[in-house]
Amino acid sequence: MYVAVKGGERAIDNAHRWLEDERRGDRKVTDLSVDQIKTQLSLSIAKVMAEGSLFDPELASLAIKQARGDLIEAIFLIRAYRTTLPRFGVGKPINTDKMIAKRRISATFKDIPGGQLLGPTFDYTHRLLDFKLLADGSIDEFEPGKDTEQMFQHVTQLLNNEGIIETEETSSSEADSPDLTRQPLEIPANRALRLQALTRSDEGFLLGMAYSTQRGFGRNHPFVGELRIGLISVEFEIPELGFNIEIAEIEISECETVNQFLGSKIHPPKFTRGYGFVFGQSERKAISMALVDRALRWKELGEVSDGAPAQDEEFVLYHGDNIQATGFVEHIKLPHYVDFQAELELIRKIRKTAFEAKKDE
Amino acid sequence: MSNSEEDFNFAYLDEQTKRMIRRALIKAICIPGYQVPFASREMPMPYGWGTGGVQVTAACLQETDVLKVIDQGSDDTTNAVSIRKFFERVAGVKTTENTGKASVIQTRHRIPEQVLSEDQILVYQVPIPEPLRFLEPRETETRVMHALEEYGLMHVKLYEDISINGEISTAYAYPVKVNDRYIMDPSPTPKFDNPKMNFCPAIQLFGAGREQRIYAVPPYTKVISLDFEDYPFEASRAEKTCEICGATNTYLDEVVIDDKGTRMFSCSDSDYCNSRKS
Repeated sequence: MYVAVKGGERAIDNAHRWLEDERRGDRKVTDLSVDQIKTQLSLSIAKVMAEGSLFDPELASLAIKQARGDLIEAIFLIRAYRTTLPRFGVGKPINTDKMIAKRRISATFKDIPGGQLLGPTFDYTHRLLDFKLLADGSIDEFEPGKDTEQMFQHVTQLLNNEGIIETEETSSSEADSPDLTRQPLEIPANRALRLQALTRSDEGFLLGMAYSTQRGFGRNHPFVGELRIGLISVEFEIPELGFNIEIAEIEISECETVNQFLGSKIHPPKFTRGYGFVFGQSERKAISMALVDRALRWKELGEVSDGAPAQDEEFVLYHGDNIQATGFVEHIKLPHYVDFQAELELIRKIRKTAFEAKKDE
Repeated sequence: MSNSEEDFNFAYLDEQTKRMIRRALIKAICIPGYQVPFASREMPMPYGWGTGGVQVTAACLQETDVLKVIDQGSDDTTNAVSIRKFFERVAGVKTTENTGKASVIQTRHRIPEQVLSEDQILVYQVPIPEPLRFLEPRETETRVMHALEEYGLMHVKLYEDISINGEISTAYAYPVKVNDRYIMDPSPTPKFDNPKMNFCPAIQLFGAGREQRIYAVPPYTKVISLDFEDYPFEASRAEKTCEICGATNTYLDEVVIDDKGTRMFSCSDSDYCNSRKS
């Protein structure tokens, strides 16, 4: 009897118990609390919330703990939970002009109304291991200045006042913004749907795609017009009340790029835009998303495609989802011996025919 | 997450989602072999583990159903065990290993040896629903090819196989034509199983979760494996006898049983093999 395929049920139960044991690790070390993850690993949480498409730091922390720190596994846990939630309706469009920013920079102007605000960034840290953290993690509390309590107009709006950048179209109806999680993705996708797919795409995938555009595969000459990170409120209209109420305050990262211009002798040239929007503090992904968004817009901007991967919406949108990708890539470890058997029979037969033909020569 | 009754709707999916899937299924039954897009949900098992089949099964199950789950023809393979346990937990339905007693059979990579009946549903797990995918990677293109019944590329591929290898070198997921119209991927079943699909009395449903497609073959529908007059289709198998039950007409697993590479052959359909043994 082929013992390997028998006793599957007991093997699965034992594998799960072993997994739990390894997750907990050395019992002499204190159990990691969800609160610790929530307050000290906030950038991991940002990734899980963004790619899980669910803004809930507590559940994201739980998922990270349960997944032993494997963020794709944590994202998967969040997605599987999210899909069981009822959809009550659509929130009001959020206005990032009203963001209370903790970070806000522009690479296009030396100074901007409201000023450049670095915020809690790694940018100018020296990447030297801080061995003090091995022993004592105590850090003085930091009180941000008053600058962080203002709202700022977008930098791209300053350009738009002059008419030298394209105006963003706002979608006029809900039908313009289909829900990727409730309808199958069909190509061609409009920009709203593309942006939905990009914001939940794998950060590493988007980063690679964005990088490829900078190295010449679909180049689009980006400047970071503005990058801002901060809190914005989410409003929802309750039909029974007839007015909007604030249901949440969420942290987001937003990146607007100013890209190469279009135009001719007749139509005056204008800068174009790329847009990135991600849950949590995740500027690497927000910038990447803006570059890829811009690369995917070649058709609507009347450009000629280079045939670069980042310009190919079917390629980008179908392959950026890390939950789909990890499932399908990893599924080849499941048993395939029925198919392999069919291949064995076929290759033996073809080889036999070939050997016989050789003998006849 | 303790047990089924409190935490989950019957068969896990909410009723709205089931209705959406049933609509896709009805459309699929009406247009045999046509791939219907559907809003596949994330399931609590990974894509590639049978999420499409699980969603189709969830949408079909009723409390009186008896479910059988097989992978590689066997009820004992780990993923079959896992999916069966999932439905025991979230639907509380009866399960069986007996092909004849099941009303719904979810399968990966095999069609049971026993002939299915009119009151059965066979649900296939499908990884890549598009039979033209490896000839044309773009979905936008392949949908047009199906719409125009533009299947020349597939015949050229089969012809090239013959010219290079002396025969059609597809051993599983062997393309079929359904109801004289759509070319369909039978899922990665060995081509030995293809003839079982033709005029099958049971309903055959196919779910591809990651690819968000559902398709179907209604009962008693013509399903023909593509071939040429001078190179007819052949439902091949290992030319051996099952060493457990002595069957000579079943699909066999080849098992390496020692370090010297000695092989043993036995039925891949474990229920069929057991029923002949006893």
